[in-house]
Amino acid sequence: MSAENLSLTLKIWRQKNAASTGAFETYAMKDVSTHMSFLEMLDVLNEKLITEGKDPVAFDHDCREGICGTCGMMINGRPHGPMKATTTCQLHLRSFKDGDTIVIEPFRARAFPVLRDLVVDRASFDRIIQAGGFISANTGSAPEANSMPVPKHVSDEAMNAAACIGCGACVASCPNAAAMLFTGAKMSHLGLLPQGQPERFDRAIAMVQQMDAEGFGHCTNAAECTEACPKEIPIEMIAKMNRDYLRATIRGPHAKVTGGGGP
Amino acid sequence: MELKSNAPAGPIETSWERHKSDMKLVNPANRRKYTVLMVGTGLAGAAAAATLSEQGYNVKSFCYQDSPRRAHSIAAQGGINAAKNYANDGDSVYRLFYDTVKGGDYRARERNVYRLAQISVNIIDQCVAQGVPFAREYSGYLTNRSFGGTQVARTFYARGQTGQQLLLGAYSALSRQIASNRVTMYPRTEMLDLIVVDGRARGIITRNMVTGKVESHLGDAVVLATGGYGNVFYLSTNAKGCNTSAIWRAYKKGAAMGNPCYTQIHPTCIPVSGDYQSKLTLMSESLRNDGRIWVPKEKGDKRPADQIPEDARDYYLERRYPAFGNLVPRDVASRAAKAACDEGRGVGPTGLGVYLDFADAIKRLGANVIGEKYGNLLEMYQRITGENPYKVPMRIFPAIHYTMGGTWVDYNLMSTIPGLFVAGEANFSDHGANRLGASALMQGLADGYFVLPYTLANYLASTKQEKVAADHAEVRKAEGEVGDRVKKLLGIKGKRTVDSFHRELGKICWDYCGMARNKKGLETALQRIPALREEFWKNVTVTGSNEEINMALEKAGRVADFLEFGELMCLDALERNESCGGHFREEHATPEGEAKRDDDKFAHVAAWEYAGPDKKPVRNVEPLTFDYVHPTQRSYK
Amino acid sequence: MQGSFLCRFTGSNIGLKVLMALTGIVLSLFVLAHVSGNLLMFAGEAKMNGYAHMLKASAMVLWGARSVLLASVLLHVYSAIKLYKRRGDARPVGYGLKQPHGSTYAARTMIWSGPILALFIVYHLLHFTVGAAHPKFDEHNAYQNVVVGFSSIPVVAAYLIAMACLCLHLSHGVWSLMQTIGINRPNWECALRKVAIGYAVIICAGFVSIPLGVLFHIVK
Ligand SMILES: Cc1cc2nc3c(=O)[nH]c(=O)nc-3n(C[C@H](O)[C@H](O)[C@H](O)COP(=O)(O)OP(=O)(O)OC[C@H]3O[C@@H](n4cnc5c(N)ncnc54)[C@H](O)[C@@H]3O)c2cc1C
Ligand code: HEM
Ligand code: HEM
Ligand code: SF4
Ligand code: F3S
Ligand code: FES
Repeated sequence: MSAENLSLTLKIWRQKNAASTGAFETYAMKDVSTHMSFLEMLDVLNEKLITEGKDPVAFDHDCREGICGTCGMMINGRPHGPMKATTTCQLHLRSFKDGDTIVIEPFRARAFPVLRDLVVDRASFDRIIQAGGFISANTGSAPEANSMPVPKHVSDEAMNAAACIGCGACVASCPNAAAMLFTGAKMSHLGLLPQGQPERFDRAIAMVQQMDAEGFGHCTNAAECTEACPKEIPIEMIAKMNRDYLRATIRGPHAKVTGGGGP
Repeated sequence: MELKSNAPAGPIETSWERHKSDMKLVNPANRRKYTVLMVGTGLAGAAAAATLSEQGYNVKSFCYQDSPRRAHSIAAQGGINAAKNYANDGDSVYRLFYDTVKGGDYRARERNVYRLAQISVNIIDQCVAQGVPFAREYSGYLTNRSFGGTQVARTFYARGQTGQQLLLGAYSALSRQIASNRVTMYPRTEMLDLIVVDGRARGIITRNMVTGKVESHLGDAVVLATGGYGNVFYLSTNAKGCNTSAIWRAYKKGAAMGNPCYTQIHPTCIPVSGDYQSKLTLMSESLRNDGRIWVPKEKGDKRPADQIPEDARDYYLERRYPAFGNLVPRDVASRAAKAACDEGRGVGPTGLGVYLDFADAIKRLGANVIGEKYGNLLEMYQRITGENPYKVPMRIFPAIHYTMGGTWVDYNLMSTIPGLFVAGEANFSDHGANRLGASALMQGLADGYFVLPYTLANYLASTKQEKVAADHAEVRKAEGEVGDRVKKLLGIKGKRTVDSFHRELGKICWDYCGMARNKKGLETALQRIPALREEFWKNVTVTGSNEEINMALEKAGRVADFLEFGELMCLDALERNESCGGHFREEHATPEGEAKRDDDKFAHVAAWEYAGPDKKPVRNVEPLTFDYVHPTQRSYK
Repeated sequence: MQGSFLCRFTGSNIGLKVLMALTGIVLSLFVLAHVSGNLLMFAGEAKMNGYAHMLKASAMVLWGARSVLLASVLLHVYSAIKLYKRRGDARPVGYGLKQPHGSTYAARTMIWSGPILALFIVYHLLHFTVGAAHPKFDEHNAYQNVVVGFSSIPVVAAYLIAMACLCLHLSHGVWSLMQTIGINRPNWECALRKVAIGYAVIICAGFVSIPLGVLFHIVK
């Protein structure tokens, strides 16, 4: 066995479906290359399980390049594993040592029910966006793009916030299972830009309400989320959301945010 | 089968405007009586669903991911083209049109391309209004960069995440409509068949990927915006779930498949590192703006890059194409890399790689500027390879990236099945035989925001149809077929995994229908693919049952379709006995090794018509005429 | 919770947090004032008792201040308990293995340092304000009460533990409240965190100096 190969012990959460209770199961992985990605290791495990006639480990993934936000699991007690600013799909086995035991379990939150093994349902995030994470600009109504200059630093900061991939690691890492970083990022992205001003405060109220309704926890400003976030969304996005929500509350609500458009 | 492009005649500059005024409209009060089934929530699908809903139609949207926001458009890095001419460097609608037709090696429909170039301008306006944070100058105005294959800076970008930002814009518009209840969203739902009633597309059969429930959805028109089929090669830059099933099922119901052999290889991907490799990662081609591509001059020079002196390096793109240098179009860059590796001058452990070197750019501009421009790409490279591209040149190799072929559609984006529209990468598209960088996002959004909402309305307004009953014979039949297929896949209980079949299919396609193709190879592929397919249906093993999350089953269905699709792709490549764009037949090369077209015989679209199981499909032809951009041998010297 | 907008605000997670932060501000300012006054212990008996009498000069001011404090503590504790309960609801199934990363020790122990402080306050009131837990309580001589009170090592130890908790509680709490009411801005985080730690350390150092001063006979 060369130095490029590892033997690992995996403790993986197996759960048949949302209704059943799950448990950890242990699997031995022999001689896996350090160049392999973490998900490729699970692929190899699954190939083995399938040929043995066993159910493969279900996990979500799609782009495998750290942008779609589909993948995500707890790896040794940290969402997306030990490497900073890295999604599960971009984690490579060179981050582990020969003989390591790796504990793998799903993201856990009431608003993220486990569907099977490592697969969770994050539709709650979609509903937060549906509540107000948009600028109501019907197709065709847009003015010439350069008619509204946006200072570069504002646009850059909006981009920092907009980089969120909606993976849910912030929720998974948060001691209170709060969705503050995700929601704060979207609200800041839109709230920073001049285009987002008209709906800014109604958006704040609508999104915060939805976040609570989904059963996410509160924020004790623990800052685990920022550390876990593969896109390093900064924690001041949460402060900005709090500020907007406070201002919106003091100012009182305006028109309800609605789907708009159409006859 | 007769292929009518339905593109309006007359001056090209006004053809879309005139067409729009000629099309029928649906009265606003009547729109809610119509239901459109929108499969796919990528740029094309999300944009169309949102816009149609804004106009008042009912839309049912489907995607296989857990959220519409995760469609594969999210992965596009480099940018989106638009003929804004903000850089004041001579760009115009005409030039974008010209570049696209030329870049596509004269295999695209001129009028479609012209419309695309016209609409490009509105796309940027729309996206900015939605809050897409495109890169800006200190003045606050939008900035542009140049991209492979063009000499103007017309590409808008949002760091290295342009696709993500555009998709999030479309997704937010879609989310707003979901909240308004006019769009019903079905995530984790895969389309497995098309329902055709009285010759018109009226519905789809889906499988709920959580419960396994097979359902039918009925409506007045169906739109497929399901992305490309690059995963037929197994290893590609596409997301793992990308598939051809939707358009393949439609093909088998009568929607002709256009130019399936037009596939694009992207020159700047991270090389393969082992056989466990599950996908390839693209490094945005914008890196070629500042990175220089080279290999050692000597064969088998295995010294580390920093020990190879300047005079022992061959900057082959700069040498062979002085005018465009490292910015030649993708197909040219890819083949040049392959040629270098074939000569034994490839780098890295496998010898399948070339250097992309930032040393000069860092010297010239400083590491900070490079970091600001490409930081996240360079970090991504480091994460994957463990090497620091600020210090060691990156290693890159071409990989399958985009598919120009797809369902044949007319000017209205309607397939050969009335009522079935196909948009985005899924259609055979406006890119001819080769797509220019940053044009797919443009096309997806053009189709979704600005074309379909008109042409689909026109179809609805001019078509009278009865409601289809849920227990209509065709519906029942399609449901039954889908159920049977699932049962069959689960019942084989053979010895080989789905992935092992997929890998083997991919290797056949890459070896014989990849960067360079020839008659003998394609004939080999045409023997091996059916044999592999036969083995698949005898020896595949799919564990578990239908009534649960079963990723092996999902894959099996997709690979079964790829095993059929791959054969058609190779057949198309064999019968297109010329080279053009991404389709490079070794028999047809200029003395310098460039693609040599045969305009007399092949200036047409090949649209394949399904003829039944085990029958050779029929190759229909839509001739292409070039009234504005006259075909010449492409040259980037 | 329908209807009144403010009701909805205070029922929401952020609303409750803001309530906690606002009461936290009152309490934080109180301890600042309290420690400043108490440091008069080092200025001698006359000054200290003079200050103590001054505080009680007007019953209205005294009870006004006491009710604000009491209300703050009660609301603070109310929101803490309510949010803590929601925390359990938000993650009904816990992790097999969870490695905290990015949070400070103080942040993770808020839920311990807070209640310990509550217990301390009860004891402290019985000790110095009511006198029930004091061996030789003299309502009119705060100075002596403190000197006598801190002559017992176990009592001093209890105070030191409580001050350690206060230090932890404030070092996270002050940063946290600035985040909660939205003071934080890009690039400010590092500075704000230092302000919080500085505030906590200064206040606690002030408090701690008194029992230690008594114990080491600097204050007699
Ligand atoms: C790595 C990468 C980088 C790229 N960079 C650029 C770039 O810089 N500029 C550029 O212009 N282009 C780029 N492209 C190309 C461009 O991103 C795509 O062509 C374009 O986004 C396709 O959009 P789409 O809407 O057609 O399909 P997609 O975004 O692929 O969406 C397909 C949708 O269909 C759904 N779907 C698919 N099959 C089914 C099914 N059977 N049932 C139900 N739903 C289904 C999916 O869930 C998804 O929602 C890049 C592509 C890749 C792979
Ligand atoms: C009397 C002294 C106290 C002071 C000065 C104080 C101060 C603070 C402050 C400033 C905060 C931060 C508010 C925010 O995040 O917005 C806070 C939070 C908190 N306090 Fe106190 N508090 C005191 C007493 C208590 C008591 C008696 C409890 C007991 C239950 C308590 C429990 C908490 C909890 C649980 C939090 C939230 C944790 C967090 O935000 O991280 N505190 N406190
Ligand atoms: C070692 C440090 C401390 C000393 C020496 C001290 C001393 C005193 C004294 C002497 C009094 C009585 C004043 C009087 O009745 O005349 C008092 C009251 C009080 N102290 Fe402290 N204290 C200390 C720390 C604290 C802390 C940390 C808190 C809060 C968390 C606190 C909260 C109070 C309160 C609420 C009162 C009652 C005020 C009132 O009469 O309404 N003290 N303290
Ligand atoms: S904020 Fe970060 S961790 Fe949370 S969803 Fe977005 S990208 Fe993931
Ligand atoms: S970890 Fe949780 S507590 Fe707040 S700062 Fe992040 S959401
Ligand atoms: S699979 Fe897309 S981010 Fe990991």
